[in-house]
Amino acid sequence: MRDLIRKLTETYGPSGFEDRIRAVIREEVEPLADEVRVTPLGSLVAVKKGTGGGRRIMLAAHMDEIGVMASHVDDKGFLRFTAIGGVNPLTCVGARVQFEDGTLGVIGVEGKREDRTKAPRLDQLYIDVGATGKDDCPVRVGDAAVFVRPFAVRGTRLIAKAMDDRIGCAVLIETLRRLEGTSNEVYFVFSVQEETTLSGARTAAYGIEPDLAIAVDVTGTGDTPEARPMAVELGKGPAVKVQDRGMIAHPLVRDLLVRAAEAAGVACQMEVLERGTTDAAAMQLVRAGVPSGCLSIPCRYVHTPSEMVDEGDVEGAVKVLVEAVR
Amino acid sequence: MILKELSEAFGPSGNERPVRQILRQALEGHVDRMWVDALGNLHTEKQGTGEDRLRVLVTAHMDEIGLMVVGHDDDGTLKVRAIGGIDPRVLPGAQVLVGPDRLPGVIGLKPVHLLKEGEADKVATIDQLRVDIGAKGKEEAKNLAPVGAVVVFATRFRELGPTVMGKSFDDRVGCAVLVELLRGERFPHDLHAVFTVQEEVGLRGARVAAYAACPDCGFALEGTIADDLPKEKDVSPTTELGKGPAITVMDRTFIAHRGLNRLLVETAEELGIPCQFKQPGIGGTDSGAVHLAREGVPCATVAVPCRYIHSPASLLSLADFENTVRLMREALNRLRREHVGSSF
Repeated sequence: MRDLIRKLTETYGPSGFEDRIRAVIREEVEPLADEVRVTPLGSLVAVKKGTGGGRRIMLAAHMDEIGVMASHVDDKGFLRFTAIGGVNPLTCVGARVQFEDGTLGVIGVEGKREDRTKAPRLDQLYIDVGATGKDDCPVRVGDAAVFVRPFAVRGTRLIAKAMDDRIGCAVLIETLRRLEGTSNEVYFVFSVQEETTLSGARTAAYGIEPDLAIAVDVTGTGDTPEARPMAVELGKGPAVKVQDRGMIAHPLVRDLLVRAAEAAGVACQMEVLERGTTDAAAMQLVRAGVPSGCLSIPCRYVHTPSEMVDEGDVEGAVKVLVEAVR
Repeated sequence: MILKELSEAFGPSGNERPVRQILRQALEGHVDRMWVDALGNLHTEKQGTGEDRLRVLVTAHMDEIGLMVVGHDDDGTLKVRAIGGIDPRVLPGAQVLVGPDRLPGVIGLKPVHLLKEGEADKVATIDQLRVDIGAKGKEEAKNLAPVGAVVVFATRFRELGPTVMGKSFDDRVGCAVLVELLRGERFPHDLHAVFTVQEEVGLRGARVAAYAACPDCGFALEGTIADDLPKEKDVSPTTELGKGPAITVMDRTFIAHRGLNRLLVETAEELGIPCQFKQPGIGGTDSGAVHLAREGVPCATVAVPCRYIHSPASLLSLADFENTVRLMREALNRLRREHVGSSF
């Protein structure tokens, strides 16, 4: 799976600009699925038809990633920008970003070095693409960029930008590859615009009308120095979400995942996330309501250019999911 | 000028009837069907002439920001609360119209002669302000402007050469653009144009209108922020007057569909129509609700730049208005199925 994870995490795809990552995923799922389509907003839906008599299950992992969007080009060619999704200004200074056409930029901060005693605000930052004025600046207002950082492996830890949620995409692709002989009809949805508005999963779910929905996404951990307390650790297995800021998991979906972990012989953790939410929050509210839950991949440094997951947790998530939708 | 009539119309969120009446009259004979839905949205349909017809939803919101009477003081003044996003800095001293009878009034303030040191620097909150309609005592005030009566700015529309001034260009200018589009020739596609209610309080009208319309794509027409006065720093003016229609890439409520934005930009470039991108990440429009309807709707937002929106008087350039009408008309003529697809 490492090559797949490398390919997925290194591909460009901020919210609203998912064309490239969709093409990469499409190539992976086309040989595995019975049917592949794209929703009006751009989410990719791969269908694995069941043998009949089962349920319609929707699995969702979002293919968009956080990023930045140019909001102004100044007279000297510096770019002001706004966040696409939850970008922390603390992780921006000195970071490199890349636009869709390949243009690389460095993020700088206004002011004198001795003044920098506080975390900057986003509007105090700028992107330097090496331009000297408006005329030779290759970037226009509205162009989007992502943080760049190569994929790296340290022991069982995998490090990359956009693990949130390309790791979920990898889990879905691998689940699709291994899944066979089920009566259920399983919809593998690679959703758009999760980081901004959850629009992709919400609208895809309307079209699919699932009996049950599971989001696969990253979650935080409490296992780093002085971390905000949280009973999730890296390397202790995938986490079954109980609740987060946007959703309380349906008990049946939660229990289904816990039983699937037991059956698959995978250790899992229970997750209560105090901040953030996932596509499940949107899916559960579609039409007359959808029992929804979430299988999480524990991840350190979420929404920074170096998100870290454990390979064993990823493998465990695939096993749990294959068992759960079987 | 329809913009004058619309600008001067009385129609805060939830009380859009006067605006709706003007629009119904203006569009009589220019559309195939016209009806009002459960929330008060004015729907119109204009069938297309092409063979491969898309169903195109175009919205502009009728409602404006305003105030609502929530109580009365013994002296006959009115306590009010905001309808939509009102900046309390623009209120003191403003002339207003109150209730269905459009009673003239003024938002009271202490004369400058009586201000104590430091007082002039402070902004009064809306609950500290009172609307004065000249009523003598609580009972008279209650009779003239009962709780629930709504208040709008009393601003007359004026032409200042190529620039015009008036209230509520957000979004009466969008309504005016849509009227111009509907009064013209038929488009290749089936146009479902909706003048929506309650945008300023949460995109409520557009949400149900989009559900009903089942469109293949959507355009929201707006009046948007132009913050183009001199600044200390070289930062975004959001949009600039005179630089043409403003296209949204991303705001707080949605991300514009890339194919539709490409259609708009290519149309503008080919025809030499000036256009600009609005500063991303700011504000929200009906597209925020429309794009979420049913299985999702590819959406774009096109706006006429307006200075001082959400205040008693805004300014806009008539050239920007004309160019917005032209850009939208030509873009709708050039729209093809591939623009709303996902391979571009």
